[in-house]
Amino acid sequence: MSDTTKLTKKDFSSDQDVRWCPGCGDYAILSQVQKVFPDLGIPRENIVIVSGIGCSSRFPYYMNTYGFHSIHGRAPAVASGVKLSNPNLSVWVVTGDGDAMSIGGNHFIHVMRRNIDMNILLFNNRIYGLTKGQYSPTSEIGKVTKSTPLGSLDYPFNPTALAFGSSGTFIARTIDKELKHMGAIIAEANNHIGTSFIEIYQNCNIYNDEAFSNLTDKEIKSDNVLILEEGMPMIFGKEKDKGIILEGSKFKVIDFNKQFSIDDALIHNPRDRNLGLILSEMTYDEDLPVPIGVLYKEDKPTYDIMMKKQIDIAKSKGITDLQSIIEGPNSWEVK
Amino acid sequence: MTNKTSANEVVTIRFSGDSGDGMQLTGNQFSDNTAIFGNDLNTLPDFPAEIRAPAGSLFGVSSFQLQFGSREIFTAGDDLDVLVSMNPAALKVHLKDLKENGLLVINTDNFTPKNLRLAKYEDNPLENNDLEKSYRVIKVGMTKLVNTALDELDLTSKEKARSTNMFALGLLYWLYERNMQTTIDFLSKKFKKKPLIVEGNVKALKTGYYYGETIEAIKTTYHIDKANYEKGKYRNIMGNQATALGLLAASKINDIELFYGGYPITPASEILHYLSNYKSFGVKTFQAEDEIAGITSAIGAAFAGKLGITASSGPGIALKGEAIGLAIITELPLVIINIQRGGPSTGLPTKTEQADLAQAMYGRNGECPCVVLATSSPSDCFEMAYESCRIALEHMIPVILLSDGYIANGSEPWKFPEIKNINKFKMNFTNSNDDFSPYSHNKDTLARQWAIPGVKGLEHRIGGLEKANKTGNVSYDPENHHNMVLQRQKKVDIIENFIPKAEVYGESSGKLLVLGWGGTFGSIRSAVHKAVDKNLSVSHLHLKYINPFPKNLGDILVKYDKILVPELNLGQLLGLIRAKYLIDAKGFNKVQGKPFSSSEILNEIENYLKD
Repeated sequence: MSDTTKLTKKDFSSDQDVRWCPGCGDYAILSQVQKVFPDLGIPRENIVIVSGIGCSSRFPYYMNTYGFHSIHGRAPAVASGVKLSNPNLSVWVVTGDGDAMSIGGNHFIHVMRRNIDMNILLFNNRIYGLTKGQYSPTSEIGKVTKSTPLGSLDYPFNPTALAFGSSGTFIARTIDKELKHMGAIIAEANNHIGTSFIEIYQNCNIYNDEAFSNLTDKEIKSDNVLILEEGMPMIFGKEKDKGIILEGSKFKVIDFNKQFSIDDALIHNPRDRNLGLILSEMTYDEDLPVPIGVLYKEDKPTYDIMMKKQIDIAKSKGITDLQSIIEGPNSWEVK
Repeated sequence: MTNKTSANEVVTIRFSGDSGDGMQLTGNQFSDNTAIFGNDLNTLPDFPAEIRAPAGSLFGVSSFQLQFGSREIFTAGDDLDVLVSMNPAALKVHLKDLKENGLLVINTDNFTPKNLRLAKYEDNPLENNDLEKSYRVIKVGMTKLVNTALDELDLTSKEKARSTNMFALGLLYWLYERNMQTTIDFLSKKFKKKPLIVEGNVKALKTGYYYGETIEAIKTTYHIDKANYEKGKYRNIMGNQATALGLLAASKINDIELFYGGYPITPASEILHYLSNYKSFGVKTFQAEDEIAGITSAIGAAFAGKLGITASSGPGIALKGEAIGLAIITELPLVIINIQRGGPSTGLPTKTEQADLAQAMYGRNGECPCVVLATSSPSDCFEMAYESCRIALEHMIPVILLSDGYIANGSEPWKFPEIKNINKFKMNFTNSNDDFSPYSHNKDTLARQWAIPGVKGLEHRIGGLEKANKTGNVSYDPENHHNMVLQRQKKVDIIENFIPKAEVYGESSGKLLVLGWGGTFGSIRSAVHKAVDKNLSVSHLHLKYINPFPKNLGDILVKYDKILVPELNLGQLLGLIRAKYLIDAKGFNKVQGKPFSSSEILNEIENYLKD
């Protein structure tokens, strides 16, 4: 472990040229991951990054760790095999909205359900980039693209709500332009034992430019983004003069300049499952800000640890003599 | 005690009844007992895809056939010497296969008007003496006899009726002079926590046995001498069980952890079941969310340095196709087992077929050659599963092992090996970063080095995009792609130098060679025996290595005037043979969801030689 302290951002950059389009949000994420990894204290050789198919899935090639660029949608399943085979490894999945929510939806929900200890970074740009601009399962309804000239008819998936529906134990969101925030969330995901899911809003400047501009433009973002912090009131706005309260079972925005004060705002408790559920549903509600940060986290035994325990017990109690298993209980000898 | 004992050389028995009558258990018990007694044997279970088809219906009939005897047995037999029918539907479905003067054992209690109607009998076949004109018939009211015998036991009438199959088994044990102890032991273990059920079943078994001894109706008992076996230790084994043991042996003997990723599918699920019982050997089994996750998790395990394995049947293998391509381009070791069943699509889930050979050879996008092996009998599964692991690990390549429903569920005696005599693999792990590059290849095997996560200094990336030779970096270079395609093909082709040569059974040249693969082994070998007995010039070659073929195959084929290729498909091996060796081989094909009978093949041999 002692050498790991010497690692720097450069140690995590591979010798391959990065081939994303200039201006792509993926650059910022790559840079931030390379910056945060040295601080995680994990030996570089113990890190495995697995991806599927899509722009984001080229990610492993640019990281000087072990990496596997697999096939469309299957990264969580490949990563499950890696982690279950060697629980000492730090396993990361990099995926996109098409990869994880469409072709790989099944693997996404099942890895979350099993709570296998790995970190999933979903780069959500709400568009198919690598295939040159079709709508994705997270695109807003009515999206006009090459494959939907009259507007898309699909209601979008909400990845954080889907993560809840899959019994996720760490559900978070960040934004490509919020570098510090992203770094902190990545570090926290790494500390979580279980499947950590981070949705990263990422701008595709070629096919879906400014999809998140309301959350990233300096002038307006403070009014549209709710930064969640554990134990802190849910407040937002340029002047920090707005907050969130619960009215019935729904969130409502309050204005501190009117009859409310900061003391009225809800305190964020990421271990409150009901709160997390409502937070995850805020995404598409135009009257509410979009929450970023850790929406929910929960300590729950992981599949990989339970599997190891089962095997350890079996090893200490069960038969370990191969010859006797081959022979079976009813053998006979011909003399 | 017996009036007459005939030392018949071989006997074929079929137990048949409703799918709820316990015929598979009865058949398996008789098989295990037969094996321990010392006969050679071969079995053929046949059951509906529905777990509980409507009781009494024709399509709900379940049967278990076995042939056993004092000489070598290669198949489950053709025509029946004995048919046990537990209900009218079973009689209706199976009577046509009983030999003239064969023995017919019937449970008369199930011949109720309702069951007769369900079996589409207009008249009760037991009420006239037609059956007696063609067969030797034992009609027994088994259900009532069992009920009476168990009168004093505190069991429900349903529980009592469920023991009726044990009566039938006991009767057969008496007919064949067997000791009941194996089944008594089995019952005691299976129902350990329900002593009353054990007592009921054992009593029913003994009632059947003593019934045979007591009644006047049985004039003959059947004594079959022990088979003339090679010296050694034996056990009876089913195909999927032997496959699981072969995989386990590969893991344990070579000290490499086994990771199995799979999704339940008939008739491959037992491999998952068996392996999940070997956790004490460190075996990891992962019941994945679908077939694709089954194989991709195994690929992840292979990347992490483990023996990655997946098994399925045709429809599942179709889903795994893209992932097999990934394993081929990333040059990772992987074993993919296909327990073939009738296709296409969902097809005939519980019936056997050999129609996935073309899928194994070609069922992927791009030039994507894969090693293909085939097992030929239940006990052979052990060796071929071990071989599949050896080739995968020594050559860093995916291997498809073809088995089928007939092999998977069939059983036969197995002279099992001493593990200390089994050869170890030469694997490709590396810890050294001197000159490490992920896609440099061993000059003999073309295997790449296996640098696994956790090894310092060997961090590298692999993936499904075309690789530059040596560095493994993504490459779109035309020349490189061409060379990599050739190299992946060569990597498969040179395996011919690392597998056994083909061996012919019979004359090394002559008029006819019967060339087979997979589960047709027994029917072909048996037919060839009979043909040779008739002084015909016929030899048999059974392929276990299909891609690549054994090196000497071409030299063998040209030594015969004619080549006959029997297959349970429309000629898939035939096509490969004709294409590669430009030989005018002839196919003999059947796709009925059931194995060839040896007489079908013998007829074809005789006809072809007359042409």
